[in-house]
Amino acid sequence: MSEAILSVQGLHAHYGKSHILQGVNFDVAPGEVVSLLGRNGSGRSTTMKSVMGLVPPSSGRVLLRGEDLAGQRSFTVCRRGIGYVPEERDIFLNLTVDENLEMGRQRGPEGATRWEVKEMFTYFPRLRERRNTRAGSLSGGEQQMLTMCRSLLGNPLVMLIDEPTEGLAPKIVAVVGEVIEDINRRGVSVVLVEQKLSIALKVSNRLCVMGHGQIVFEGTPAELEGRPDVTEEWLAV
Amino acid sequence: MDQLVFALLNGTIYGLLLFMVSAGLTLIFGMMGVLNFAHASFYMLGAYFAYTLEPLTGFWAAILLSPLLVTGIGVLVEKFILRRVHAFGHAHELLVTFGLSVVIAELIKMGYGNFPVDYRVPPELRFAAFSISGIDYPFYRLFMGAIALVMFAAIYLLLTRTRVGIVVRSAIYRPQMVEALGHNVPLVFMGVFGVGAGLAGLAGAVAGAFYTTNPNMALELGVVVFVVVVVGGLGSMGGAMLASLLIGITNSLAVGSNLRPADLFALVGQRDWAEQIGGLMTVQLSSLAATLPFLIMLIVLVVRPSGLMGEKE
Repeated sequence: MSEAILSVQGLHAHYGKSHILQGVNFDVAPGEVVSLLGRNGSGRSTTMKSVMGLVPPSSGRVLLRGEDLAGQRSFTVCRRGIGYVPEERDIFLNLTVDENLEMGRQRGPEGATRWEVKEMFTYFPRLRERRNTRAGSLSGGEQQMLTMCRSLLGNPLVMLIDEPTEGLAPKIVAVVGEVIEDINRRGVSVVLVEQKLSIALKVSNRLCVMGHGQIVFEGTPAELEGRPDVTEEWLAV
Repeated sequence: MDQLVFALLNGTIYGLLLFMVSAGLTLIFGMMGVLNFAHASFYMLGAYFAYTLEPLTGFWAAILLSPLLVTGIGVLVEKFILRRVHAFGHAHELLVTFGLSVVIAELIKMGYGNFPVDYRVPPELRFAAFSISGIDYPFYRLFMGAIALVMFAAIYLLLTRTRVGIVVRSAIYRPQMVEALGHNVPLVFMGVFGVGAGLAGLAGAVAGAFYTTNPNMALELGVVVFVVVVVGGLGSMGGAMLASLLIGITNSLAVGSNLRPADLFALVGQRDWAEQIGGLMTVQLSSLAATLPFLIMLIVLVVRPSGLMGEKE
């Protein structure tokens, strides 16, 4: 594996007194899609929030191209090249689609793939039709598209995408999956939290299974399929 | 009839003045969730700074420099006081700004005395804009109204047409997400707080010369401004404008009216009966004028708790 673009080392985080992340370690190589799997509460979303600086890590390192970003404010983390698509979507309901996209536009770090608004509309033609509508009136699927486009316009090196297909119709789930594969082909590394195992297996180069705030298994999709014990212990509901 | 025209004009201009002060408060309130008790103190500081600067720089430079000074103070207050207590919640922010308002008022009293100072409209602006049935209408009132309108237009364009405006509007609802998209939210907060304070300072610098500049002016205006923000809807600029005008005009009409509840009963021939009851029946509307804003607030809160134009999710 070439040198990691993102390397998370010994990450610990607390919510009040509860110790949520208990030493998370994983690397993302340039151009890779890594999925974080695990049951609810295993720490997948918190890992993303902690990398992003939204939940301040209590200890550990978050190296992006070798620079430690742990404990930085999230705007710095974003400007250095980590884009974040939250599970809650968090679009700005009072702004129009165009204004939401404008919110995401950033120069981005050196060497990152550059994205234009018109490319977003190629991915999701629905958004073009609705560019002057208030985002609050969009459907769930459209909101998800908007969230992804918004973060992409920040020209990130690595995208953290949390549960992008949750609550979406199967047809849109497929579209979202294709878009993730395409942005990855164009050079953006992706860390994905995905409940639907079929999608995660399809788009990921590597999978990290989380349990009790740690990575308990790491391997390729094929390797995971050969380990029913891991699936049984950490993933089966 | 003429009286009504004057009352409407005065009310509108008083409303516009209320807007100048409440615009900043509603922005800060909506965005940072900070109930800034000291906001009207910035209005007072604006008036006193302008009064102090005027002999040195002349009136025009004074009303320009004074808001800039107040902006600077606002920035310092946000950076060194509010930001530190933010983590402890709204109650602490409320207490700290309350304390600040007391400190500012006491400092003013120490420096300038506990009485009105002689800050006046300069002679060159003291003329009548027009007169109706021989009663002159002061130009300076129109001047205050015009400044407020220009300010409203400027804020409106800034918030709707610029990138900074979009960031401010979204930070009202989802500051964390705004920050995660690479915007320096603490800096934006500081800027909004500074600009909000500066706008109040401008209002004070301009209005202090027309009304009176005294150490109680913050307290007097502060309460009404809070009512405006609540009635208009937290964080809504349009709502603040609407509520300011509503309260300004109602107030001005009520002050000039000697209507009594008994007069309403006179319409159905029951004047004598109502007069006999006395009490509330014979209270003139003008003596209730000061309570009307609160009555409006009460009604709005009951009927539409988010305010006239509140859009908080």
